[in-house]
Amino acid sequence: MSVLTYGYAVWSPIVWLVALIVLALIALYVRSRGQKRYKKGTAQTDIFISGIQVPPAEERHVPAHNIYWGFFEALKGFYSTMMRPHTGIINDYILWLVVIMTLTVLVLVMAI
Amino acid sequence: MEYLTVHSPILIVAVPLLAAFVTPLISRMGNKVRDTFNVTLFGFTMFLVAILAIDIYTGGTRVYTLGAAVPELAIPENYMVPVRIMFQVDGISIFMGLTTTIVMLAALVYSLQFLKNETGQDRFYSLLMLLYVGMIGLEFTGDMFNLFVFLEILSIAGASLASYRTNLADAVEGGFKYIVISAVSALLVLFAIGILYGQYNLLSIAALANAMQFNTLDMIALAMLAIAFVMKLAGVPLHMWAPDTYAVAPAGITPMIYTSSAASMYALYRVTFTLYGGHFDTTAIGWVVIILGVLSMFIGVMMAIHQTDIKRLMAYHAISQSGYMLLGVGVGLAVLTDPVALASYGRDAMNGGIFHIINNALYKGMLFLTAEAIFFRIGTRDLNRMGGLGHNMKWTTIFFIIGALAISGIPPFNGFASKLLIYESVFRFNPLLSIIAMFVSLVTLASFTKVFYSAFTGPEMPAYKEVREVPRSMLIGMGIMAACIIFFSIFPGLVVDTIVAPATEALIDQASYINGVMGVAP
Repeated sequence: MSVLTYGYAVWSPIVWLVALIVLALIALYVRSRGQKRYKKGTAQTDIFISGIQVPPAEERHVPAHNIYWGFFEALKGFYSTMMRPHTGIINDYILWLVVIMTLTVLVLVMAI
Repeated sequence: MEYLTVHSPILIVAVPLLAAFVTPLISRMGNKVRDTFNVTLFGFTMFLVAILAIDIYTGGTRVYTLGAAVPELAIPENYMVPVRIMFQVDGISIFMGLTTTIVMLAALVYSLQFLKNETGQDRFYSLLMLLYVGMIGLEFTGDMFNLFVFLEILSIAGASLASYRTNLADAVEGGFKYIVISAVSALLVLFAIGILYGQYNLLSIAALANAMQFNTLDMIALAMLAIAFVMKLAGVPLHMWAPDTYAVAPAGITPMIYTSSAASMYALYRVTFTLYGGHFDTTAIGWVVIILGVLSMFIGVMMAIHQTDIKRLMAYHAISQSGYMLLGVGVGLAVLTDPVALASYGRDAMNGGIFHIINNALYKGMLFLTAEAIFFRIGTRDLNRMGGLGHNMKWTTIFFIIGALAISGIPPFNGFASKLLIYESVFRFNPLLSIIAMFVSLVTLASFTKVFYSAFTGPEMPAYKEVREVPRSMLIGMGIMAACIIFFSIFPGLVVDTIVAPATEALIDQASYINGVMGVAP
């Protein structure tokens, strides 16, 4: 029931889960052997950024548009090309339909 | 009980249709009465779907002819071909029916609390039931004209629901775009049906498949049908309407509109495999489907990771995930006439593509619900303005994590099982396609990491200190989806053997579909 068997391999989520639980237990054991003098709510848990005053919560959180900035910067050309057809104008969407349908008709008629 | 089993195909359509028209009247007796009425009638519909599914998995394809002395009698006396309205429910139809019903249940329960303070609830539930009727009818119908009729029902109901929040300008725009592309697609479908009817004087899918000559006109009709359905399922480059519509539809409706796209995908499969399968070399149309699938996967995910509106981001992911389904089933279609390749990897590719339909309906549906839960509490879809919501919306965070891991194909979730089937079988067909599919999965994970970080982690924002978890019915709606995801993750073998493999077999075995109608002539 749990094992997915197909032409060339098998996938058993139960085996995976058992392996995951074993690894989690090992991780918990290692953690339990660690430093025990840690105290919540003291200076030990305060944020420390090389002595700089810590900004308020809303300024500390990195906004979504900054995440993967380097990736988008490197692919600037790709994204400007991709954005161009996304005009938001319904006439353009229908034009794409006409183009793709014409190409499909040509492919299928040539295939017979 | 036997009566219910015999008449279940029509009752599954008729009961929610009745609920749709009675709901405005029942609403006059109070919201609680209306909600109880809708949930009860839908519960009965679910029971009917379950008994029909058991009947089909044990007894094979069901033919139900309206107006016939015996419902199984598809061809009337003294006739050579079927002429009546007919449902023909086989493995793939009931698979889609089960998918639609699970998503509808979650959407209905989720909407109960979500709409509590909204006006026009009676119309909302009427349209929701009509949307379900359109989807289930399209999946069960055995003739082309009723396929068009049900496509129209789901399009009109879907557009009305997408623009339900008329106080938001972009909701009206999203609904308008949806109805325009739906109307154009439906006209193409009607035109193609006209071409086929003009040649063969037939509307029954089985009879048409039996009579098909595969001439130039048939190919033009095939192109019209295929591209109309690709437009409806938002395959790249015909996808641009989807983010505009999915992003603005109310919670509960986005998963339903998305599942209606899967119903259009079913229609595409029904046309390409059943109507045009058999003696026709499907390699060319198979490659058309594969190319559209790869484009959808790649462009969908690359556009998704760039978004900062949480629902637009998820809408682009929906497009990307549709690509996997097109790729898997497209490979099966391309090798349909090659028995060795079909047995070696084509069938597994199709199993993967079809398994991905139900997996995706579940986790994508749940992710849309979590996005709307955030909007419900903080009133924005802008990821730049979110942060730290995991502190106060713990259940929503857990549901999001489950959905995000599943859609990214992280083991042991169900998304991994279906993607694994696709990767390995498509690799045998063309390794490059498989590599692209794996890359897309990687970018999907990166994209959902961005959402998780932006929305749920980080310090508690002062503006959202008072934010509370969403009401119980909304949590139950997401919980239904999460429970199904966990079940499908732990028992992929059971799901594939019980409901996915019969669906694949139903698509491949065109002769059985034709004989289901043409073979019962008196």
